[in-house]
Amino acid sequence: MARFNFFGEGLPDIDLDELKGRLIVLEGTDGVGRSTHIGLLKQWLENHGHAVLDTGMTRSALAGKRLKQAKEGHTLGGITMSLFYATDFADRLEQEIIPALRAGFIVLTDRYIYSLMARAIVRGSDPDWLSEVYGFALRPDAVFYLRLGIDDLVTRVLQSTGFDYWESGRDLHMGEDMYDSFVRYQKWLLAEFDKMVETFGFEIVDASGTVEEVFENLRERVDRVVARNGY
Amino acid sequence: MAGGMKMYGKHRFPGRLFIVEGIDGSGKSTQLSLLHKWLDSEGYVVYSSEWNSSPLVHDVTKRGKKKKMLTPMTFSLIHATDFADRTEHHIIPPLKAGAVVLADRYIYTAFARDVVRGVSPKWVRDLYAFAVKPTLGFYFRTPLDVAMKRILGGRDAIKYYEAGMDLDLSDDLEESFRLFQGRIIDQYEAMIDEFGLVTIDATRSIEDQQAEVRRIVSEALGGTKKTKVRKWLDLTSLAKGSRI
Repeated sequence: MARFNFFGEGLPDIDLDELKGRLIVLEGTDGVGRSTHIGLLKQWLENHGHAVLDTGMTRSALAGKRLKQAKEGHTLGGITMSLFYATDFADRLEQEIIPALRAGFIVLTDRYIYSLMARAIVRGSDPDWLSEVYGFALRPDAVFYLRLGIDDLVTRVLQSTGFDYWESGRDLHMGEDMYDSFVRYQKWLLAEFDKMVETFGFEIVDASGTVEEVFENLRERVDRVVARNGY
Repeated sequence: MAGGMKMYGKHRFPGRLFIVEGIDGSGKSTQLSLLHKWLDSEGYVVYSSEWNSSPLVHDVTKRGKKKKMLTPMTFSLIHATDFADRTEHHIIPPLKAGAVVLADRYIYTAFARDVVRGVSPKWVRDLYAFAVKPTLGFYFRTPLDVAMKRILGGRDAIKYYEAGMDLDLSDDLEESFRLFQGRIIDQYEAMIDEFGLVTIDATRSIEDQQAEVRRIVSEALGGTKKTKVRKWLDLTSLAKGSRI
């Protein structure tokens, strides 16, 4: 039996039996430290002799550049934006993730369909429709949901980059200023993520500790996934 | 959330949406432009949904095609993105304003084309669930040989994806095009009942087809907004020099 399967109506012309690697997802709202931990995990896995591909959103060869521009100009409607992201994701899935899995890599992905779905939902897309659309995605081996409450999140964002237009959901006109908007938008995203925990079997990782503590926690979990089936 | 997302068949707009479908060379664009002229002359506010999508989406599509980067899935998704942009910018707003919107090709083109490329029929239908259900969808039924003759006569060179060259049906562009279009026809035929498309026999004369289309459209126009009649006629006669 194939190790992988699709969420729904899958990709044409893919032989799932050929996919050997591991697909590990780090999810969470903005500012929880996903990219830091992806970097650390990659180094650690490579030190142990595993080939690792790390990938993230809006990086596809096909649509990545234009998608960034679309965000900056934000002239596209909600459904259009959702599908633009889905196109970008499909390109990365087919051109990067699947070939890497075929070659036996451990794929670490910074966000997956869940973030895309959460952001699309708060911008008005229908959740059931999104699930159907993303039916072509591979079900990952594990989803580690780095969770941080809204207060910790605000503190952390203030300490690093400050409030970003998109991360504050300013396009949704949700609050008087960046702070109000950030808090309301991120709370909403958190609520959407929390709803997905059960549906998609997220493993919640408390992201409020130090980098070392969170990494320690993640490393144990990743170790279990990698060791599964004598990998 | 901005009012949620309306699904196929659930939109309620004062306008009307008429669309034409058929393979290349079926003469559907000619029929649509004749319909446009007639609706104009009858005083309706007609909006032709030219597929001028946002430059961003358009660029990705163009580049993807030129560099042959598209798989059946990304081909499907980028066209759906493009269609969503048209829906949000060029279809819904004029329909809300009460216009008669005309579209040359619609979601059924995507269903036919993507399914022939191996995409799941159910998935692609779900993908386009946000589309506005047309008031009427015309399918111009044409035998493959008739369409091929029309196309190969005078027309730009057939392009890679248009000919379905990505499907490896044949190394010969023309042969691939023929095989691909044949499969598209099979898909269209299966969709007539599924979506209640109005079939027009496209082997008949242009005039006969147009008369039938106008008759069917006129029955669906009751209560649609018209413009105040403006006297452009005087200008037309001036241009002809009849008064000078």
